[in-house]
This record gives sequence, C-alpha cells and structure tokens, in this order.
Amino acid sequence: MSAALELAIEGIGVCASGMPDWAAARELLRSGSAHTAQPFERPAPASLTPNERRRAPDSVLLALAAAEQACAMAGRAPRDLQNVFASAYGDLAINDYLCAVLAHTPLELSPTKFHNSVHNAPAGYWTIASACMASSTALSAGSATFAAGLLEAATIAASEAKPVLYVAFDIAATGPLAALIDCDAPFAVAFVLAPATAQQIARLRLDLQAHAAAELAPLPPSLHALQARNPAAASLPLLVALAQGETKGFDFALHADKDLPASALHLEISF
Amino acid sequence: MPARIAPLAITACTATCAAGRGSQAIARALETRAGGLIANSFSTQPLDCRIGRVAGLEQLSLPDALASFDSRNHRLAWLGLTQDGFLERAHALRERHGAARVALVLGTSTSSIGETERAYRELDAQGRLSSAQSRPQVHQPHALGLFVAHALGLAGPNLTIATACSSSAKVFASAERLLRLGLADAAIVGGVDTLCDSVLFGFNSLELVSNEECRPFDANRRGLSLGEAAGFAILERMPQSGKVEKDTPLLIGYGESSDAHHMSAPHPQGLGAERALDDALARAGISAAQVDYINLHGTASRQNDEVEAALIARRFPASTRASSTKGWSGHTLGAAGILEAAITLIALERGFAPGTLNTRELDPACGPQIRIDNSEANLRIALSNSFGFGGNNCCLAFARADTA
Repeated sequence: MSAALELAIEGIGVCASGMPDWAAARELLRSGSAHTAQPFERPAPASLTPNERRRAPDSVLLALAAAEQACAMAGRAPRDLQNVFASAYGDLAINDYLCAVLAHTPLELSPTKFHNSVHNAPAGYWTIASACMASSTALSAGSATFAAGLLEAATIAASEAKPVLYVAFDIAATGPLAALIDCDAPFAVAFVLAPATAQQIARLRLDLQAHAAAELAPLPPSLHALQARNPAAASLPLLVALAQGETKGFDFALHADKDLPASALHLEISF
Repeated sequence: MPARIAPLAITACTATCAAGRGSQAIARALETRAGGLIANSFSTQPLDCRIGRVAGLEQLSLPDALASFDSRNHRLAWLGLTQDGFLERAHALRERHGAARVALVLGTSTSSIGETERAYRELDAQGRLSSAQSRPQVHQPHALGLFVAHALGLAGPNLTIATACSSSAKVFASAERLLRLGLADAAIVGGVDTLCDSVLFGFNSLELVSNEECRPFDANRRGLSLGEAAGFAILERMPQSGKVEKDTPLLIGYGESSDAHHMSAPHPQGLGAERALDDALARAGISAAQVDYINLHGTASRQNDEVEAALIARRFPASTRASSTKGWSGHTLGAAGILEAAITLIALERGFAPGTLNTRELDPACGPQIRIDNSEANLRIALSNSFGFGGNNCCLAFARADTA
C-alpha cells in the first residue's frame, strides 16, 4: 500500500541490565538463555567529561552510552549524524523532582533540573558533547515509541539519503507515577541507519500496513518478562534477529492505544 | 545543502491563544494591536509577571467519549480543534483517505504536566496518586498525540515531538518526509502547550521571566512572558495539475539544526539558527532576498533577541519585514511553532505584516528589517523561526499559492 524504505543497519548499541553493550546482548540473545536482572550501574559514556557524567541525569547517561556504541560500530563520526531520540516517558526522576518541589516550595525549583527536564535533554547533551550541528529530534509515542521513533529515523535517512543515529531509551519509573507506568528496568538501544552501504551489518526494509497482524513481533518466552519492563525493549525481536543473523519479518503496532484501530510498521531484516 | 522539495498544500490551519480563538480572531487582534497578556493569577503561589492565558478553559468540558483525558492541555487542544471548522475538515480528510493513511504529528513541550502537578498536590498520606488521577493516558509526554488521535479517529503514524520551543515547528518537517516517501496521503500537524507551574517557576528560576509585558527586541527588554496556545494544520500533496485553489498557502521549505553549544542559551553567533535558515532556503529553492516577511522567535530574552537580530541584519535586505508576535500571545513554548506558522499564513493571506507589540525602542542590534509598527504589503514568501532548549532550531518557509 505504500513505498517501502530500504536501509542498511551500520551500527548497534545496547545498554540494559545484564546487557551493558551489544556484544553482551548478542551473546545472550544468541544463546536463548533466560535474561536475569542484575544490578544496574550508571553508565559512563566517554563523550562526557567526568564532571559532566557526575551531573548528568540518568536518562542522558543511558541514551548516550547506547548511542556511542552504535556510532563506533558504524565507524561514523557522531558530529555528522542527524539524530532521533525516542523515549516514552522522558526522565521520570526529574519529573518526580519537579512535581514534588512544585507541590510545596515552587520558588526553590533548581534551574538546572528545569532545563534538564525537557524531553530533548539527552539529544541536547549528545549534540553538545559531539559538536553535532545536524538536525536533532526527540519524540514519544507511548508503548509504540520504539516503532514510531524507528519510522521517524528511517524517513530522515531515506529522504535525505544520509546516515541517521536512532536511540530509544527509558529509565525506570520513580515516584507516584511508577504505579501507573510499566517501566521498571532501564533499557536503551541505538542504531545507525543509512542508505545501503558496503559496511552494512544487515538490510532493513520498512513499510506501513493498514492493519497490524494479529500476532505482533514474536519473541522467545525467556525474553517476555524483560520486554514488558520497558517501552524501548519493544526492540527485542529485532535485536534477536540481528544476534542470530536470521532473515525475518515482523509487525510493530504504531499506536499506543488499544482502543484505536492500529496500523503497523512492518519490518523485514536480511543479511 | 539539502535538495529542493516539492511544495505541500496547507488545506486547513487554525490557532487559538490569549489574543484570540481561531484565525479570524487572532488576525483581528494583530490588526488592532490588541494583545492578550494579563497579570499572572495562574500559578499556585504568587509570581509577579504577565501571562498569555486563554480564557474559559476552566469552564470547558470535554465530550463524554474523551472525558478520561481531561487536563488543561487537552481542553485547550479541544478548544483549538473546534475553531475555524477544523474538526469537520479533519473528519472529511479521514473519510477521503482512510484513517490509516492520515499521519498525526504533534508537538508539545510539557504535554499534560500541569495535571501531573495537580496529582502531586493531591497525593494521599502514603504518597499515592488518587484513583481519579490514575490515568496513564494523561501523565505521559505522548498524552497529546493519544488525545487528538482519539478525538479525530486516526489510525496512521502518530508521534509527539518534544524538542522544547521548536516542537510544533518540526512537525511540518516530519510530515513532509512521510508524505514525500508515500507513507501517508495526508498529515495533520499541530501543537498544544498550556500554562503550568513547571514552566512559570522553571523559567523564573533561570531568571528569564519579565515582570512586565514582554518587549521583544526592545533595547530595555527584561525577559519573556509565558503563554499558552493550540494550533493545527492539514498538509496534502499538490494535485497532479500542480494547481491548488488561489488562497491555499504552501509549505515550501524547512530547516532543522542543533547549536551544539548550551542547554539553555543560544549559540552566541547564531550559527545553529543560521544553518536552519540556510536549509530552509535551500529546500524552498529561494534566496534570502525573496523573503518578504519573517515571524521571528523573538522571546524578549536578552540573549535570544540579540543573536536573532544580528542574524536577520546580516542575512536579509532592508526590504524584508521581520517581527516577533510574542507581545500578543506570550511565549507559548511547544505551541509557538504552530501558532506562529498560523500567524505567518494570516500575514501572507491578508497582505499584512504584523509588527512587534509592547516594544518602544529597538535594540541597536536590530537592522531595518525588524519593525515595531504593522504594515500592509504584498507578501508572497515568509519564514517562521523557532528555537528551543538543547539548542534545537527550526525554520519554516511558506508561500502564497499564486507565487510558488
């Protein structure tokens, strides 16, 4: 029903509990063994100075850690890449701080926390750290955030015929909203997408379907628990296919709301 | 430089802000220089400033089917959707193309955070949300996208862009790409942001809020006035004939860039803003000399106006008119892009360049382009600038259909 986009995946990054990088994630996803949650340490992205790392919000550290891996694997300089940062909830720790302070002592609000509260804070820190003046976008789409962000990144790569960095991430929910939100484990995934090139890891074909398949992207049962713990973990079926080098096709719902008829992002991955 | 793009037809556009409900009311306010800023009576604790508050939202109730989405932001979104016959046009668009082939791309900076603030003021003794506030569809950044998709019955790609004050300018760029690549047959774009304690006390903590009505580009400006707004537009590909109705405006270009400089201060030489401008001109296939009017970001903060004035002075001829309309509406943050796009289209349609309200003496950094007074002129091509925290820049280029 619509034109398909053909792109190359040039680089991959992962940062999550028990999967601090893509090498560790690939090992686990190849083996098919169960994912076991492990204590998660604040990532230390190299593009920030030690001082910046100490002060940066968790969402920034998480997103940048995955972004750096994907750029390094692609052999692309971050400053040249247009970028898309997708997060369903933004930085929920800063959100919690803001709302708690505003409820009692609004005049004591920290100016740094305020400017770090914008949804594009990780994108902003990334462009500053990498001296990147290319276009930068931050977006959300509820539980469909990973697919919506991937579509946005793919349309930029295809329409501009240039490589794009795509990062999807969410930190664990904190504060009273945690009771409402299915997000209790940090997870970040990053890709460098480009028009087909020699150094591609895999080929990606994307198009839209008016109706999502009854069964969305299937996943080994050992990973169901992890997938349910973070909107960015919706990427797991794609990561499993990449880890196993398996040609596959699957659908991602493009709507977060189950009450609405959903169109789907259809992906085909090949090697 | 990016390649030239094919223009898109803007077949409907509406906006609502403190200066008026709907495009007709805003046009009248601009022409009569009737601004919408009033003394702040909104914040939960006193803050001496002026605000662009949309009247009547407290009394407005959402239709029953949408009631679970209730928040100030969604009330303003609904008020905005029901102006200028936009709701009916959106329904007709869905019938024409099918719900899955209409993309929905909206921008907001704070979404319904005002409702989350309220929920925190009403936590129970154990620090839990009340059952009335246990609404995940409201307390998230994508709440606006979910609400409008429900209100319009859309099932195509749906995303909420949040890049602070450039959010609802960038929606035009995302929609253009989806249309150009054939992933959608039409797009509804827009943005909504509402007043809340987060932005009032947040901008106050950064010492960016004036205690008087904002005076963009004034030598003695003291900072910004915050406001709220909703706006929506329909984008469609040009018909095969290449001809649209005479009064249909066109999106002819856009540019997006990053400052790579600072989270809350602009690049001192405006290099990021200039890059967005250059990309917008390149996609439109025009030169700076062809631009008749520019709606500036012009927040009335010391740094933004100084940097933006210098950029306009060095890049445009004296014949290009430029102004900030934030004296009418206040700075509407994530809704500024769509509100000021709508004002730019009003200017093109009416042959009327708004001036800059409340400003008495222009900063010496301003060139002859930046005007205090309104003026009438044959405007064919116009730009709108939006710059946000994180150094996020967007410049949009529009044209009258009979000149593209």
